Amino acid sequence: MLTEIILKMEGISKSFPGVRALHNVDFALRRGEIHALMGENGAGKSTLIKILTGVYEKDAGRIILDGRPVHFKSPQDAQNMGIGAVFQEIALCPNLTVAENMFIGRSRDAFVQWKQMNAKAAQMLDSLGIPASPTQELASCSIAVQQMIAIARAVDMDCKILILDEPTSSLDEDEVQKLFELMRQLKARGVGIIFITHFIDQVYEISDRITVLRNGELIGEYETAALPQIELISKMMGKALSDVAAIKKHEPSKSEDSVPIFEATALSSAAGVRPFNFTIRKGEVNGFAGLLGSGRSESVRAIFAADKVTGGEVKINGKRVKIKTPLDAMKQGIGYLPEDRKGDGIIDELSVRDNIILALQVMKGFFKPLSRKQTEEFAEQFIQQLEIKTPSLNTPIKSLSGGNQQKVILARWLLTHPRYLILDEPTRGIDVGTKVEIQKLVLKLAEDGMSLTFISSEIDEMLRVCSRLIVMKDREIIGELSGMNLTEQNVMHMIAQGGK
Amino acid sequence: MESLSTTKPKSRLSNSNLLFIIAGIIFILMYGFSLISFPDSFMQFQTFFDLFNFNAALFIITLGMCIVMIAGGIDISVGAVCGLVTMACAMLLESGTENVWGALFLALGIGLAFGIMHGYLIAYLEIQPFIITLAGMFLAQGLLTTLHKDPINVTWPAFVALRNYTIEIPWLGAVNRLGVFIPCEIKPGVFVVVALVILYAVLMKWSRFGRNVYAVGGNSQSARMLGINVKKTLFFSYVICGLTAGIGGFVFLMTTGAGNIGNGALFEIKAIAANVIGGILLNGGVGNLLGAPIGTLTLLTINELIRAAGVQSNLQAIVSGLLLYLFIVLQSIIMSLRGSSKFRLALPSWLKLNRLQDNGD
Repeated sequence: MLTEIILKMEGISKSFPGVRALHNVDFALRRGEIHALMGENGAGKSTLIKILTGVYEKDAGRIILDGRPVHFKSPQDAQNMGIGAVFQEIALCPNLTVAENMFIGRSRDAFVQWKQMNAKAAQMLDSLGIPASPTQELASCSIAVQQMIAIARAVDMDCKILILDEPTSSLDEDEVQKLFELMRQLKARGVGIIFITHFIDQVYEISDRITVLRNGELIGEYETAALPQIELISKMMGKALSDVAAIKKHEPSKSEDSVPIFEATALSSAAGVRPFNFTIRKGEVNGFAGLLGSGRSESVRAIFAADKVTGGEVKINGKRVKIKTPLDAMKQGIGYLPEDRKGDGIIDELSVRDNIILALQVMKGFFKPLSRKQTEEFAEQFIQQLEIKTPSLNTPIKSLSGGNQQKVILARWLLTHPRYLILDEPTRGIDVGTKVEIQKLVLKLAEDGMSLTFISSEIDEMLRVCSRLIVMKDREIIGELSGMNLTEQNVMHMIAQGGK
Repeated sequence: MESLSTTKPKSRLSNSNLLFIIAGIIFILMYGFSLISFPDSFMQFQTFFDLFNFNAALFIITLGMCIVMIAGGIDISVGAVCGLVTMACAMLLESGTENVWGALFLALGIGLAFGIMHGYLIAYLEIQPFIITLAGMFLAQGLLTTLHKDPINVTWPAFVALRNYTIEIPWLGAVNRLGVFIPCEIKPGVFVVVALVILYAVLMKWSRFGRNVYAVGGNSQSARMLGINVKKTLFFSYVICGLTAGIGGFVFLMTTGAGNIGNGALFEIKAIAANVIGGILLNGGVGNLLGAPIGTLTLLTINELIRAAGVQSNLQAIVSGLLLYLFIVLQSIIMSLRGSSKFRLALPSWLKLNRLQDNGD
């Protein structure tokens, strides 16, 4: 294999007011390789990419492209030099046709040659095996196809370097494989690909080399084959290996005959989940597994009555209760940490303290306000207990990092002392360190007797935390796994085979 | 999750074309209804031509507004600019200069000046278009009343001749009660409308600028990443809109022959309404330029229809308002049925509280 280096970044530094985003980072990319750029949130991956694509200007360092030092003043500059980038948020125009999206902004001609453009686009789509027609409106393509079109555009611009920033985060397994196929094709053509992702398995599936960044500094460059996963994680986190591996699962007490703390029969909601039965025992951690859109969020939302409940029966500690609104659920001691943290969870402008006491205040009713002293005590207690990093109690929550925001919302629910807490994607978009902390917290809460439902799109995370998994497909429960059967293989098999 | 297995998905109709076809159907239904309800007036070709003859300025202004709306913006100064142009040109023509070309250049100059100012402030200083053009509207109105408070009739014979000039279509017309054949008449302003419709439609469909306008209206952030000069595109969309308002003002003067404080009043609102009816979405990026004249025709037909029905004028406004509600809700429902997104009213970015910002992450 050719090992010719096409891109070299040397001693790159970049600071923003008050933050040193990158410090003396080197990076090298070879022709025809897939190079994973790894690091936690805030490690400096995005900054490095933005410098490479001309979005930011570097403070110091050199970029050498094909042996020549270059300097990018704008994204156009970088594009013209053969650096293409496809971001997580697809930077295409949904209202234009597929062909237009591939060619707009590239020609200096005053008029558009539709026929010629469509023909060229059709040829390109064909050669890359992308299932789209040139005259189709982009909005009518699936996300995966849109992503491929963005890649096709970059490829057609004769890019030597292709940057893929979190391209797989909204794709399902099939679509990911399609994308990988395309990446391998491009690799064979000699394109150097920089691949950024949170999915470690995908890194090992497709990449040749890994560069790890941490806190804006280079940790090292490794051959993928020579770097075990656990070491990669520890390099990214900068923590000892034992910390990552040492999470021990809590098995609930074996009182199988005891009455479940929560029991639902034939529960259904307006969000379109099929009527389902569900139980959880004291001190148990279970989870809903399934692909995105399988109905796992809708199920827990039905339990919390976050969507309109359309049928079914709910028992708490064996007693029939009516839960019609989230407030009813809260009064029964159920807490729900929503999937969409920004939309359903935090209240941007309010302080950390106000965000923490919100649920408790709602339950008490707004005519019995908590005293300021009380609220401060509560907030202090949880900031300490959960190690929330905030300048003060009164800092608006929006200025906290994603992980710390999540902890604040957790604190909000813990303060209400729920007997049953539902966590929907509590670790999404937060760094690995905080992820582990939250997982540990979940297990500790369970040990103290709380029941929890834990949902995550990362299956290994659920396997680590849950003692029982309810597997869903197409908005229906297709099975349950626990004990020895609880393996990734079994979950995959069940999803693959079940629900037909 | 769509399946990837289908090799060649069928090209479905684009949103722009769908809304345009709906606008066309609505117009045909509306006009058909008029023909059936009031055959006496609507059966005559002259009635149809008069929609153009008397409203040429509105047609023109709607075209300019259409481009700005596709770019995702709005320009509410166009009515006032149009009025200002009529007054300024009327004063010039009455001042003894007696130069039609001079008046035309003045009209274009005023429109261009407002367009450039708005374009610069909105595109390069990134100020909300609604506020900027609101300021422009006040400015133009103020200038209009400062110039002259009373109506000015242009009495210069050459211009009066131009105002009264009509083109007869000898083979099309109607026989009146006395049995005399009266041919259909078309005013010169109509030709300006037709020329601009063709010019702008070509511009939006085949020129790089036009496609860039669609891209910017669809997603300005993406457009920038695709290598489009977003600021320049926005700037020129407002320049064209301003210039078009200037042309509209001149055509207005050509039609009525007088400068008046009330000229062009509410044209900006009518233009927006006409565009919405014509299938140009307020959020930008979606709409066919030909929807602008279709929408204007529908709006005018509704007004004619209500007038023919002999309804009180305040009821006219009520009916127009209700119909507009109906169209907008209909559009939103159609768009939401197509898209995977949940039902929501189509709101432009400048009406949303939390605009998407590049947080530099």
